[in-house]
Amino acid sequence: MSSTVARKIDWISILIYVALVLFGWVNIYSASVPLEEINHFNFNTEYGKQLIFIGLSFLLILFILAIEAKFYERFASIIYLVSIVTLLGLFVFGKNINGARAWYSIGSFTIQPAEFAKIATSLAFAKFLSDIQTNITHWQDQLKTMLIIGIPALLILLQPDPGSTLVYSVFIFVMYREELPGIYIIILLSVAILFIATIKFGTTITLVALAVLLIAYYFIAKRSPRRKAKILPLILFFMCSSVLSAGTPFVYHKVFKQHHRDRFVLWLRLEQDPVKVKQLKRDIGYNTYQSETAIALGGLTGKGFLEGTRTRGHYVPEQHTDYIFSAIGEEWGFVGTSAVVILFTILILRLIYLAERQKGQFSRVYGYCVAAILTIHFMVNIGMVIGLLPTIGIPLPFFSYGGSGLWSYTILLFIFLKLDANRINEWM
Amino acid sequence: MRRVFLSAFVIFIALIMLSRLLYLQLLDEEISYSFLDDNAIDAKYHYPERGYIYDRKGKLIVSNAPAYDIMVIPRKVTKLDTLEFCQLLDITQEEFEHKMQKAITYSPRLPSVIVQQLSKKEYAAIQEKMRKYPGFYVQKRMLREYQTKSGANVLGYISEVNEWEAGNKKGYQQGELIGRSGVEKVYENELRGKKGVNYIQKDIYNRVMGPFKNGRYDTLPTPGKDLKITIDKELEAYGEQLMVNKRGGIVAIEPKTGEILALVSAPYYDPALLVGRKRSKNYNKLALDTIAKPLYDRGLLAEYPPGSPFKLINGLIALEEGVINEKTKVTCYHGYHYGRNGFMACHCPSGTVNNLKSGITRSCNAYFSNAYRKIIEKYPTPAEGMQVWSDYVKSFGLGNYLHNDLATGKRGYIPDSSFYNRSYGRNRWFATNTISNAIGQGEVLTTPIQLANVAAIIANRGFYYTPHIIKEIDNQPITDENFTKPKYTNIAPENYEKIIEGMFEVYNNSEIGTARRTRIAGINIGGKTGTAENFAIIEGKRYQLKDHSIFIAFAPIENPQIVVAVFVENGYWGSTYAAPIASLMIEKFIRGEISRTDLEKRMLNSSLQDEYDKALNPEQLSDKKE
Repeated sequence: MSSTVARKIDWISILIYVALVLFGWVNIYSASVPLEEINHFNFNTEYGKQLIFIGLSFLLILFILAIEAKFYERFASIIYLVSIVTLLGLFVFGKNINGARAWYSIGSFTIQPAEFAKIATSLAFAKFLSDIQTNITHWQDQLKTMLIIGIPALLILLQPDPGSTLVYSVFIFVMYREELPGIYIIILLSVAILFIATIKFGTTITLVALAVLLIAYYFIAKRSPRRKAKILPLILFFMCSSVLSAGTPFVYHKVFKQHHRDRFVLWLRLEQDPVKVKQLKRDIGYNTYQSETAIALGGLTGKGFLEGTRTRGHYVPEQHTDYIFSAIGEEWGFVGTSAVVILFTILILRLIYLAERQKGQFSRVYGYCVAAILTIHFMVNIGMVIGLLPTIGIPLPFFSYGGSGLWSYTILLFIFLKLDANRINEWM
Repeated sequence: MRRVFLSAFVIFIALIMLSRLLYLQLLDEEISYSFLDDNAIDAKYHYPERGYIYDRKGKLIVSNAPAYDIMVIPRKVTKLDTLEFCQLLDITQEEFEHKMQKAITYSPRLPSVIVQQLSKKEYAAIQEKMRKYPGFYVQKRMLREYQTKSGANVLGYISEVNEWEAGNKKGYQQGELIGRSGVEKVYENELRGKKGVNYIQKDIYNRVMGPFKNGRYDTLPTPGKDLKITIDKELEAYGEQLMVNKRGGIVAIEPKTGEILALVSAPYYDPALLVGRKRSKNYNKLALDTIAKPLYDRGLLAEYPPGSPFKLINGLIALEEGVINEKTKVTCYHGYHYGRNGFMACHCPSGTVNNLKSGITRSCNAYFSNAYRKIIEKYPTPAEGMQVWSDYVKSFGLGNYLHNDLATGKRGYIPDSSFYNRSYGRNRWFATNTISNAIGQGEVLTTPIQLANVAAIIANRGFYYTPHIIKEIDNQPITDENFTKPKYTNIAPENYEKIIEGMFEVYNNSEIGTARRTRIAGINIGGKTGTAENFAIIEGKRYQLKDHSIFIAFAPIENPQIVVAVFVENGYWGSTYAAPIASLMIEKFIRGEISRTDLEKRMLNSSLQDEYDKALNPEQLSDKKE
């Protein structure tokens, strides 16, 4: 068996995976090694533990690849149930770290079930969609799908871990691929864009701009011979948007808390007074400010391994976990950061390509889930570290310190690679 | 569409990230890439020892001595017997609490000063007990140490840079020292050397992590250069002794080089007062003494009408212009009549007939008024004559800065035709309007060092080197052409001989010489006494004070080694104080010892304090000339 797997498995993905994991470890080392320990290795530090996690994840990979491919599809429901139970169990046995009951603690070892819930949800989601009786264009099935995603998402939100909850929103991309009506995507994007635009520019400007766009669209669509331009849906759309846009200030000021608003203020550059902006940056945006500074100081080629003054001096909080990308930025410069961005992009594109070539719907849907989950982590984490998105605490897959994270992304990825390696045998 | 949506989305995200990174890492100007601006890097400076200062004979004047600051890192302070510790440091408990509070406010993790600049002696007593007080330690630094008690005004002092300088002066930072006056100020760059730097990497808590890049950018300090100055340490000290209880200045110059041998300003103070723990207290005391003004360098800054010594210059100009010769005789009628009703008094008995030599010896006002008038009236208009006269006088280095290497100085004033045109109107004045210039009164103003330079010109018979104070820098003799090239006056050397004959008589004519009582056997001195009128305005009323006593001299006449200008405030006749002091200075310099101990004793014991106190009690002053 193993020889077949070795022959059929997608080595490009594996190479990129190994490159990301090892490069990640190099930066965790730099961000966590104390000066006096540079010449002798200590397994009690973060970089030491991460090396053990990496070693164990290679074992995990062998284990995953050894299991029969059909196992994942057949046991998807059971895995999903177990995962829900572990999430529920957190409310009783969970350990509170940094204000979230998100960990099980066994001795000095902690494990974060939310990371593994992504895999279980993906499997269950894929299994449900690939069921011959499921028709995603029907609202009953749409509702059931929402339940499959919504239950773990809700449990995680209650921990509370809003960052991990956000990850579950990506399933809509997968559903869209599997023939979910496009209107959902349009609604989702419209709501997000309207909300942000209203905060930034105010209701009036936003609605005027929207009206201009819609009128322009109408006249362009009218000329097109293939499509019939209908005016009624556009008016309906505009009315809904007006209500939403008008309601936004209420949500922003009454529902959001001050610290949420501060993040928006920083992110959308709402404050004009430079003194106050500086104050906010030092205060609310302290992490982002420090990580941006560290990245900027890297310049083109970076300061070199173990030469980053910000990284070595622990200027960026949580640098070995969520902010690991800033260590890359400082020590490896634009060359390093762009390499990581490009590697991630290639890996995700490769996974989408692999997913598209699957014959079975389960494998394809699951592959899409993997690609989508990696995409949102990639986007939100790096976006936050380089100051494009507000602070949302989710790790950078394969890079950030932590056993649960590394293992869950490894399992997530390699289940798909196993499925992919098995694609010819699917009919047997 | 559905198949490529996620792919397109990922590529879109990646492109946005790359452009953001491109901006952040390559284009953002706000964040500098220089490691010097990186606040994770701390520059630790090592200060070189400031250069020593030696006198012209190679005797050490200024060196350095270690001083010890008691420092504290508040976080490391554990149990502490405050009372005992305060006794040890010799400070009050309130002071200690105050300092500690300041230190904690500044930073609990970084060192602050608790007690500044303990001397070696004070430190020795504390040293071995320091280990009992965790969190406190001793930091050594170098302070100036003086091997002399005199010449404070020449040497100057140093102090920490102020906030403005730390921010704006290149190469200076908070806590560094800078020369404030005298040699310390002028030769700051040479004495200071170049500090060395170690770049140290710090973590977020400001704790040192180690050298940045293994010290690749570190530099070693370059020690300051030693200076040899032209001052004669002993002569300087002797000059100060002679000026005890008097106010005024002495300037001694070596005429053949322009080197300043002594530059005394009285009242004087011990330079050590401006070093160490008591510095600012002492400085305030000196700076706030607005009556005696010890910080005011009278040798360089006091602008006064020069009085009779100025007659020498008028004599020289008259000779050069050919309006008189050494045989020209003028009869003095106990004064000089000019114009319709003008009269300038003179102390010569009425009917005295003076030639040039006796005119100088007697310091006859009539003789030089006549000579001056002839100079001006030689030309068609007084304005032209005045311009010629003014140009001659200015060639003696008067009326302008000397452009030398002293930290301070004044221009003095020499009037020219435009000055009188302004005050009287064009062509509405005559030689007689300006007749006071003949005897060095009126509009003419000079400083003692300028007068000393005039004496040097006469001693050299027509040229001078700009008086300067630097002799060698780092054992290399100076090469600055401003100090090593002679500057010539517009007057022929033979005319100087005629004037010098008169100056010789001032000492050696036993009947009429104004300084005949202070001659030194075996040394031929040429000199000229002077008095300068001065006034004080007290509560709006003008009082005449006792004249300033002025004297210039050079010796020996055949081969001049020293010129001296002495000026004693309110010392009355030039012969009372200034002439004896000048002759003692000359003897001290040439012979190294004093034979006329009675004269010396009189100078050392005399005091003008009563005279000075009168200015504080105006009722004791007459409002007319005494």
